[in-house]
Amino acid sequence: MNCRTCKFRIAPGGLVLLLGLFANANSQAETLFINDATVYSMSSMAALQDGDILIRDGRIESLATGLTPPEDARIIEAKGRPVTPGFFAGITELGLVEISAVESSVDGGLSTDQLRPEFDVTTAYNPLSSAIPVTRIEGYTWSMLGASRSGSIIGGQGQAVSLDGDFQSFAGKRVLFIDVGADASGQSGNSRAAQWMLLERAMTESASEVAWSPDPLLTVAGRTALEGFKTEGIVVFNADRASDILQVIDFSSRHGLNAVISGGTEAWMIADQLAEAGVPVLIDALSNLPGSFDELGARLDNAAILNAAGVTISFYGMDTHQARRLRQVAGNAVANGLPYEAGLAAMTVNPAVMFELDGEYGSLAPGHAADMVIWSGDPLEVTSVAEQVIIDGKIVPMVSRQTLLRDRYLPKDSDMPRAYIKP
Amino acid sequence: MDFTKFALSMLTLWLITATLLHASPYPSTYRPLASGPVLIVNATILTGTGTRIENGSLLISNGRIQHIQDAVVDMATDQLEVIDAEGRWVTPGLIDVHSHLGVYASPNIDAHADGNEMTSPATAQVWAEHSVWPQDPGFSRALAGGVTSLQILPGSGNLVGGRGVTLKNVPSTTYQGMKFPSAPYSLKMACGENPKRVYGEKGVAPSTRMGNMAGYRAQWIEAQKYIQDWDDYESQKADKKGGKNETATTPVRDLRLETLAGVLKGEILVHMHCYRADEMATILDMADEFGYRVSAFHHAVEAYKINGMLAEKKVCGAMWADWWGFKAEAYDGIQENIAMVDRPEGGCAIVHSDSSEGIQRLNQEAAKAMTRGRLAGMDIPPERAIQWITANPARSMGILDQTGTLEAGKMADVVIWNGNPFSVYAKADQVFVDGTLLYDRNDPVRQPVSDFELGQQLGVEQ
Repeated sequence: MNCRTCKFRIAPGGLVLLLGLFANANSQAETLFINDATVYSMSSMAALQDGDILIRDGRIESLATGLTPPEDARIIEAKGRPVTPGFFAGITELGLVEISAVESSVDGGLSTDQLRPEFDVTTAYNPLSSAIPVTRIEGYTWSMLGASRSGSIIGGQGQAVSLDGDFQSFAGKRVLFIDVGADASGQSGNSRAAQWMLLERAMTESASEVAWSPDPLLTVAGRTALEGFKTEGIVVFNADRASDILQVIDFSSRHGLNAVISGGTEAWMIADQLAEAGVPVLIDALSNLPGSFDELGARLDNAAILNAAGVTISFYGMDTHQARRLRQVAGNAVANGLPYEAGLAAMTVNPAVMFELDGEYGSLAPGHAADMVIWSGDPLEVTSVAEQVIIDGKIVPMVSRQTLLRDRYLPKDSDMPRAYIKP
Repeated sequence: MDFTKFALSMLTLWLITATLLHASPYPSTYRPLASGPVLIVNATILTGTGTRIENGSLLISNGRIQHIQDAVVDMATDQLEVIDAEGRWVTPGLIDVHSHLGVYASPNIDAHADGNEMTSPATAQVWAEHSVWPQDPGFSRALAGGVTSLQILPGSGNLVGGRGVTLKNVPSTTYQGMKFPSAPYSLKMACGENPKRVYGEKGVAPSTRMGNMAGYRAQWIEAQKYIQDWDDYESQKADKKGGKNETATTPVRDLRLETLAGVLKGEILVHMHCYRADEMATILDMADEFGYRVSAFHHAVEAYKINGMLAEKKVCGAMWADWWGFKAEAYDGIQENIAMVDRPEGGCAIVHSDSSEGIQRLNQEAAKAMTRGRLAGMDIPPERAIQWITANPARSMGILDQTGTLEAGKMADVVIWNGNPFSVYAKADQVFVDGTLLYDRNDPVRQPVSDFELGQQLGVEQ
């Protein structure tokens, strides 16, 4: 049984398993031995110098200094370069969008003002999107598929996905996306007060066996879907203003929801409350302008303040095509006071913890999936690049549509038109 | 007698003033603040001319760079402030050739959406400066990122968007107080998807790329006629020697054609939003057809496909380091684009922002492009890459004779970085504009706060 299929622990039914087997049938993981790396395992905070990693059958078999490579292993000389767990690409629409402005290629949202928590973007996922290799070869091995473009304050459901390019690579719990604050006011009678009114009513409806009123907010499927999040699953609330975030904490606690904040521009103001409630936050660490009146408190040390208060943080804010910029965002957070190891954690183990995937994603330890990156230098530095990405113990070809375009046009001269250069 | 003389001189003065006003309405009122001489020593200096000086010194006084050299000079006097920049790097003030600060100000509310006059596809008569809100908090953030000059452009919804304006990044209550003295005007034009989408959806021309081309060409033909009408009028006036000249009628002044005529006469620089290689080539043919120059193609996501042509025609490419995929014409973006435009002899690569976030990190964007270029086999040291965000944008904006490099006599627009600027951890410690310290990272007194931000969220502990 291939590793990636173990990630289907939540996905229902045999069909999914079958698809998983099919997708993995054409690639066999070999035994790999990474020699002499500076390993940021993220299972312990200190970097391991001269670390060796043995990878067999898609999993990490051992990780220590002074290991001896088995005879059948392909040896990769890291020469002291950093190795990290595969980076988290943030909440994206990878595989749900090809070109943002081309409507027919975008599936990340539902154009309705009805509340449809049953809307599930994972069924639209296309692992063959060109944006996936573009992102993957920059050191990102997984992402949270978001449903945040919908016309209503409840965007729908997403799930974590491995960027291995397989048809079924979802992992972990279902995640519901809810949008509150100024951006969503147009969907709720132009008042954010109505957002909470509608969400309260939706929660009441979801608890009911039958249609709750002649004019229900939710469909039958919607009631079931929403009710499920009271016991299982994670709810990501997009909110920026401090007062809205406090409403989220209160609402989630009353309904037993496992809440995560995205956006979080003013989260620093209420860092202690977030820490106490155990609510993690995904922020755009580059945000330092009042983009709206919800973001008057934007500041570059938001990540540093939240982290110091004990809030689990990760990053968010890039659009899908620019998901690869997320490590630059992390670097800027470090430049603005976030401890370096905390910056790495925000790209790896923290999102794994907040989406309940730790032990599978985000850290390197025996038994974990072998998703990792060998970097040319400091992984958060703009002058470093991912030199080799490994997913499920497989060497990922460092090729994307963009590298092929580069290689087509890089030669100064060509006897034949460039169309004949097929790198 | 005395009175006649006086009256004549007043008349002359009035005529001169009136002429000047007509030549340059909405004049710059920017005057550098008074500042004493500053000597920066022990710095790693990237001059912007392609040179790197280790342990260099830079003397600033009277708002100008007095000298720059690779030795520590001892000029201690009472008036001279000496800054020891040991371990730090000094560069020219950064320049962003593509900004919408002030015309799409923060917060991004409808009331601040003043950058795109999308009521007609050709609006050469509008001037971006008339939309600039000097209280945009984005200006001070850009200053903290080392930006000392920037070109504010209209948006790209129109074929011809209007005049752009070059500003000094100095806090002011009026845009005139920011206006870069004697910088040439620019004209913003746009290729491709935006104009054809905006007007196609309204059911008017253009709705296709061929419609775009027909639209520009019709404008140039009108501008040619306008120039001809004024030339005819001037020559008829000149012909009148002794005779009557009742046939010489003054042509009606037309703001739109005046700007377009300015381009054809070489007085106004064309900055054109254009993504695709084939479209840029078509635009260059059009420029030949009507006898004008394109100063820079902006965004130019496919410039790498025609880098030789751009270098040969001396057209700059103003680009992002890695943006792609947000629309069809941005689908072929690659991270080596900037380095590949820089590569040919005479190539002119510019890193631009088009973003209130990106303008704060032009150095990081250049660092990424430099890295990708090196990995693709191009030798790009920091002293070369710094030109992408200093000298090259200055060249494309027609202000390279005044700023953009650290050379004696130029405006003292200078940034002291806390280290190598090509790093995610780099920060501008101090930013000088015309020799005046306008930003100091470690001194709140030298950190401007816009009216909009003053007094917000009272009671929150900062």
